[in-house]
Amino acid sequence: MIQVLAFYLFAITAVVSGVMVVFSRNPVHSVLWLILAFFSAAGLFVMMGAEFLAMLLMIVYVGAVAVLFLFVVMMLDIDFAALRGRVAEYLPIGLAIGLVLIMQLSFGFLAWQEVDAVRPADELSRGVGNANQLGMVIYTKYVYAFQVAGLILLVAMIGAIVLTLRHRDGVKKQNVLEQVWRDPKEAVVMRDVKPGGSL
Amino acid sequence: MLESSFWDGGLGTFIVITAQCLLVLICLLISLAFLLYMDRKVWAAVQLRRGPNVVGPFGLLQSFADFLKFVMKEIVIPAGADRTVFLLAPMITFVLAVIAWAVIPFSEGWVISDLNVGILYLFAISSLGVYGVIMGGWAANSKYPFLGGLRSAAQMVSYEVSIGFVIVTVLLMVGSLNLTDIVLSQESTWGITGWYFWQQPVMFIVFFISALAETNRPPFDLPEAESELVAGYQVEYSSTPYLLFMIGEYMNIVMMCALTTILFFGGWLSPIPGLPDGVLWFVLKIVFFFFLFAMVKAIVPRYRYDQLMRIGWKVFLPLSLAFVVITAGVMKGFDIQPWTMTEAAHERGRGAGDAPVPATQPVPDASDAAALEEQN
Repeated sequence: MIQVLAFYLFAITAVVSGVMVVFSRNPVHSVLWLILAFFSAAGLFVMMGAEFLAMLLMIVYVGAVAVLFLFVVMMLDIDFAALRGRVAEYLPIGLAIGLVLIMQLSFGFLAWQEVDAVRPADELSRGVGNANQLGMVIYTKYVYAFQVAGLILLVAMIGAIVLTLRHRDGVKKQNVLEQVWRDPKEAVVMRDVKPGGSL
Repeated sequence: MLESSFWDGGLGTFIVITAQCLLVLICLLISLAFLLYMDRKVWAAVQLRRGPNVVGPFGLLQSFADFLKFVMKEIVIPAGADRTVFLLAPMITFVLAVIAWAVIPFSEGWVISDLNVGILYLFAISSLGVYGVIMGGWAANSKYPFLGGLRSAAQMVSYEVSIGFVIVTVLLMVGSLNLTDIVLSQESTWGITGWYFWQQPVMFIVFFISALAETNRPPFDLPEAESELVAGYQVEYSSTPYLLFMIGEYMNIVMMCALTTILFFGGWLSPIPGLPDGVLWFVLKIVFFFFLFAMVKAIVPRYRYDQLMRIGWKVFLPLSLAFVVITAGVMKGFDIQPWTMTEAAHERGRGAGDAPVPATQPVPDASDAAALEEQN
């Protein structure tokens, strides 16, 4: 009973916030709705018994990715009202992408059938948490796929750094070690200044 | 194991759990009032002042007087502010600070939800804490709060990384994400020697400093640096919304103290062999760490922003990453099993995988799991 109520709460919140991401006027509000959508998705994961995935979704997407989203959107200096006026230009592309997504989903549902290998998580994991279960599969059966995923992320990270890193001359930089190792004996010179005189 | 009994239990379980939540919340809020008082007293003592001493005996009721004052005042909302987000921000901060306590084990079995991904849950909730600050800073539609919000977002995201790696080093030794398991694994016949502080002293220091940064405490209180940003993201807040921000912030600090205790100082375990374990030790340890937090606030000057970023990314991140590798390497090299794989864990019914001595110890099956559920 409570489970059903909780499911509909999370599901409806996810759908409504998804719709609001598209329709809210302020882009910052859009990002906030997106965060709520992630959050409800995490709730749905928990209800399916996939608490490890739910927590990762929260940490990675809500805790890190969406913060950067919000960060960037807040800093953008764009007249969003002017962009709104050009909705008609983007409408066909948006509709096409939406159509493709719906078709993919419906293909997925049509082809879906119960396979023995796909069982609910709780049936597999008797007494063993699903973090352990995932670990046992990822680091044995799918270890190469896992390594390749890591490599791709590394390449993306290095690529981003290479694209944005610039060595500029004439920039004053702080050398922390130099600052820490400064010694009063070398840094301060005591002079006896006579009245009326100068250095 | 998620508390599957919650879904099956119906209304009765629901009421019991709600009552537990309320109990924890009330105890927490009342102790927070006195911790706030302690914070101010410690700070005053360091500066040779008396601190709050007017309301009640020794000024003990000062926090309650402050509470009443905050609640009675008028809520001022700036004209250019985004009203909904502006009022939502302090609520988010407060709610997130409270719900983190759902997985904290106060003593063995004294936990609202013995989640098997407890530490990840805490990590997720603390990483959400940044939203309260950044939303508050943005919605006020004013320059100082916005700068404070941006600083805070950068700071909290940076220090989360090293906190994550510190947690991983401890998890490698425990072999479980459950907070109760983490505490139980530090049990030893000699009391204090089993604590992870002795095995990971460097990681403890990194964790403590990162916790200061994560909770925006001095010396890392740049988001609200009063001498340059007035009060950062809180500038435009008054009355109850400000109170919610403040309570949320202090509750996060106490949460970090509790987490330090659980990860490195054996939670509710007694430091002296022979004395019984219990919630009292847990509270004492939290108060000790809160005292350390207060002392740091009193005696350390504020960091510069570039120093803050440097120490987070260039010192703590490589250091904690190195310790993850070293810990994993040592455990693999000397063939040390994580705690949940040892016999001791299986004796307590908290082991994972096959028991180390299969002849005498049957593999935990469904009935054992059910027994464990009942125990909890």
